[in-house]
Amino acid sequence: MALLEVRDLSVRFVRKSEPTVSAVDGVSFDVHPGSTVGLVGESGCGKSVTSLAIMGLLPGRGTEVSGSVNLEGSELLRLSQREFDRRRGKDLGMVFQDPLTSLNPVVPIGLQVSEVIERHRGLSRRDASREAARLLDRVGIPDPDRRLKEYSHQLSGGMRQRALIAMALACEPRLLIADEPTTALDVTIQAQILTLLKELVAETGTALIMITHDLGVVAGMCDEVNVLYAGRIVERAQRHELFSRPRHPYTAGLMASVPRLDSPRGQRLAPIEGSVADNIPWEGGCAFSPRCGNALAVCGERAPELETIEQGRLLRCHNPIGAAELERAHD
Amino acid sequence: MLRYTVRRLGQLLIVTVVLSVLLFGWLRALPGGPVSALLGERATEESRARLVQQLGLDQPLYVQYWKFVQRAITGDFGVSTGVQPGTPAMEVFLQRMPATLELSVLALLLAVAVGIPLGYFAARRQGGWLDNLSITWSLIGVAVPVFFLAFLLKYVFAIEFGVLPASGRQAAGIDATHATGFFVLDGLLTTEWDAAWNALVHLLLPAVALSTIPFAVIFRLTRASVLDVVEEDYVRTARSKGLGAMVVRGRHILRNAMLPVVTTIGLQTGALLSGAVLTEQVFNIPGIGQALSLGFQRQDYAVLQVVILATAMVYVLVNLLVDLAYAAIDPRLRTR
Ligand SMILES: Nc1ncnc2c1ncn2[C@@H]1O[C@H](COP(=O)(O)OP(=O)(O)O)[C@@H](O)[C@H]1O
Ligand code: SF4
Ligand SMILES: [Mg+2]
Repeated sequence: MALLEVRDLSVRFVRKSEPTVSAVDGVSFDVHPGSTVGLVGESGCGKSVTSLAIMGLLPGRGTEVSGSVNLEGSELLRLSQREFDRRRGKDLGMVFQDPLTSLNPVVPIGLQVSEVIERHRGLSRRDASREAARLLDRVGIPDPDRRLKEYSHQLSGGMRQRALIAMALACEPRLLIADEPTTALDVTIQAQILTLLKELVAETGTALIMITHDLGVVAGMCDEVNVLYAGRIVERAQRHELFSRPRHPYTAGLMASVPRLDSPRGQRLAPIEGSVADNIPWEGGCAFSPRCGNALAVCGERAPELETIEQGRLLRCHNPIGAAELERAHD
Repeated sequence: MLRYTVRRLGQLLIVTVVLSVLLFGWLRALPGGPVSALLGERATEESRARLVQQLGLDQPLYVQYWKFVQRAITGDFGVSTGVQPGTPAMEVFLQRMPATLELSVLALLLAVAVGIPLGYFAARRQGGWLDNLSITWSLIGVAVPVFFLAFLLKYVFAIEFGVLPASGRQAAGIDATHATGFFVLDGLLTTEWDAAWNALVHLLLPAVALSTIPFAVIFRLTRASVLDVVEEDYVRTARSKGLGAMVVRGRHILRNAMLPVVTTIGLQTGALLSGAVLTEQVFNIPGIGQALSLGFQRQDYAVLQVVILATAMVYVLVNLLVDLAYAAIDPRLRTR
């Protein structure tokens, strides 16, 4: 059975003076215990909103959430904030994008780690603090006893993200959500943090939802990958399937825009033309059609459905990559 | 932290020196010079001449200034001519200071005790009835002049309904020992509970009147600050850890939201003092504010000097304390 079942999750932001934003639109996916699932897509496609909906951290007012988020048999969307507070940090944890702003500047690092231990593991302040030092050590922060008393401005960017990872994993949750955990970091630090995450996930058996706009990150970490576009999943596949045979034009576009070690020197990357600003609403056809090289007439008339094309593989496209080739092969 | 404190104390010294020069200059620039200022217009020629010599006004300016400083350091600002004629100005000040301090502290306590929680809850229920009510109230607090509000409070609660005393610091019939001059404190120290209570009751209306502006400022700043802070990523992190509402509120929201508020509390000392001048008039409280207005009316420059110098120093000192408190909350200031 799946650890987490997200079904038909939709999030709309309804504001009086502004048009309603449909940020997440009927998203469904499963996360199995101990596995790593990727959510990939350009900025603004709804990755963060999806993760915040799962965590119950979306702003209350003006936000309409529907569908179902089921963690180990209990429906999270129906929990009150008070009930949710007993689960967050314990059964599911989250690491955010910007470590600098995600740490409280006026609370010592140690207390920010130990408070979650105190809360969910029922340890005394002293024991929780000792445990916090052990955790800081585990995530690779040198001299943890001294760091406990320090504040976020005294830590480097990488150290801050390590501390945040320690907090999220302090109670060994079954599920960890990492929302672009390396985007705000230096390139050299990024790899270290990803390696650390991978180690910890393997060590604790925690399932991981890895959110990123960077297919390079996906290639290194994920078992299964969901590609999001304009709030909808457009393609899902096992990682090696996706990389060896991308079917959705958007997925292929993303891959073409990732620098590869084996690509010829000086060859220009091919970013996807246009921007999300060109999207049409899904109601009017395929949201990607204004930017899509494969677009057919039907694409601007009718939205494609998400269909199972093979075992474990989903696709939302009228004219996927390789379709013509496949047909030719049939003839 | 030590270096910071020393630097701020240095600033205090500079402010005091600059102010003493200004006061010295002011006294000499008065129509008729300091002699008329001290003796009044109708003094005889002999007494004028005597004073000129006594004050050393025939000597060069810098000598005069130095003498002024020497006397000021020993607390000698001359003798009151108008507020309490014949009493040394310093003594006048010391007698009156407790009344004003008591009033201002209570007013500030009221403003903080009401303004901060109200600011927090108004922000958390932004647009709700409590929010709208508090905003309206704080607007009225700022817009209505303090003396008018003081009159209104006095009229309604003291004269019309008679539930609170209309003037003074303590009922005349109360047998109270005054050891410190702070009447509430005196009553508590001597366990004369009725005296303490009576003094507190006398303080209530003037303190409420005096607290309106600091309340309004503290309330609005708390509200705005909380609205900013709840949007911060670290508050979301705190929630993602499932810390109960109490911890998120106290440790993660309020501690950060208080930073600008703490500074403002220091700046409010100025508003309190100017407010005290009017409030003390209305409720006939023999404090510094009253001494200041009487001092101007009766041109009692000796008393005015002490009061102005002392209030300026209090203002700078309070702000120093506030900055230290700020540094105590904000580690970024301490460890840089
Ligand atoms: N609180 C909010 N109010 C209104 N719109 C929002 C809010 N949060 C996110 N959005 C919108 O929802 C969409 C998805 O945002 P997000 O999930 O943050 O994207 P990303 O994939 O980059 O994480 C964006 O169009 C964004 O503008
Ligand atoms: S449905 Fe049409 S427009 Fe959309 S991705 Fe597929 S081919 Fe392109
Ligand atoms: Mg995001």
